[in-house]
Amino acid sequence: MCSHHTERIEAAGSAKGPAGWFPLRLASVYFDHPQHTLADHTLNIDFLNPELGPSTRVAVELTERSARSLAAAILAALDATAPGPAAVPDPR
Amino acid sequence: MSDTAAGHDVATETVRIPGHQGDEIEAYLTRPPGSGPFAGVVVLHHLPGYDEATKQIARTFAGHGYTAILPNLHWREAPGASPDDAAAAVRAAGGVPDDRLVGDVDGAARFLRSLPSANGKVGVIGYCSGGRQAFLAACRLPLDAAVDCYGGFVVDAPPDGLPLKARPIVGLAADLSCPLLGLFGAEDSRPSPDETARLSRELARHGKTFQFHTYEGAGHGFFAVDRPSYRPEAAADGWTRVLGWFGRHLSAQ
Repeated sequence: MCSHHTERIEAAGSAKGPAGWFPLRLASVYFDHPQHTLADHTLNIDFLNPELGPSTRVAVELTERSARSLAAAILAALDATAPGPAAVPDPR
Repeated sequence: MSDTAAGHDVATETVRIPGHQGDEIEAYLTRPPGSGPFAGVVVLHHLPGYDEATKQIARTFAGHGYTAILPNLHWREAPGASPDDAAAAVRAAGGVPDDRLVGDVDGAARFLRSLPSANGKVGVIGYCSGGRQAFLAACRLPLDAAVDCYGGFVVDAPPDGLPLKARPIVGLAADLSCPLLGLFGAEDSRPSPDETARLSRELARHGKTFQFHTYEGAGHGFFAVDRPSYRPEAAADGWTRVLGWFGRHLSAQ
């Protein structure tokens, strides 16, 4: 199948691509055909800044097991030490 | 440059063609050797983009005596970007709008018909999202043959809440302008065998010329030689059916 399902979030922070660091604006998350991984479907994340063009992108393709582990690890790390999203405003 | 496909020398070049509303877009053009006359085939790439594997498909058509053109449907969002970056940009923007797709296929078909080597006949084939787009183009444009390879969301709508702009287009079936070949995988869920059966009934109800084939042991993307979804037996039989379909419906006589 071709899911076409895409979750999008406004993302604040930075990512490092082939041309160096860039400020993030957007992340797309979808479970669909990968470009590189030898699997029918992977959980794909595109970290983007459309203002800087389509090539300003950091892409990852994760197996479902890896993606679920990553999601749990992100929440575990935040729950352990982060002060909460209201404590610090997002940089722009 | 020249390349070899299916045992024949073919010429390839990247060209610019007028697309929807006269926009200039990039396209990959492949031609058989000789002066023709040749039928034309518009090849519509899958959601992952205007990639090497789809260019190889276009070259295979040229190797079998067709002038084939592969419009870069992601050109506007990402001119000059790599196919994967372009696909990501288009996905983030909600996909290729249907009206723009029809305009781009119309531009590609007109370009093919304008070539001195043309026999006047033009077919369209698409894969994955391009399968749906091939059906859409064949319903909205005067074409001579069409092939839908596992296009989803022709009959069923995408789930609610998706940014995807594609809507069902089965309601256009009465306007299908040419014979349609559909090649699907029994293990696919978009489109599912139930969905393609409903499309088949709708085409039959309108008295359209069409032929559908669903391959056991194959799912979505069975033509994709660079992906684990590739199913050699289904793809080999599919190629035979595609070339037979175009041979039957795109000859000048």
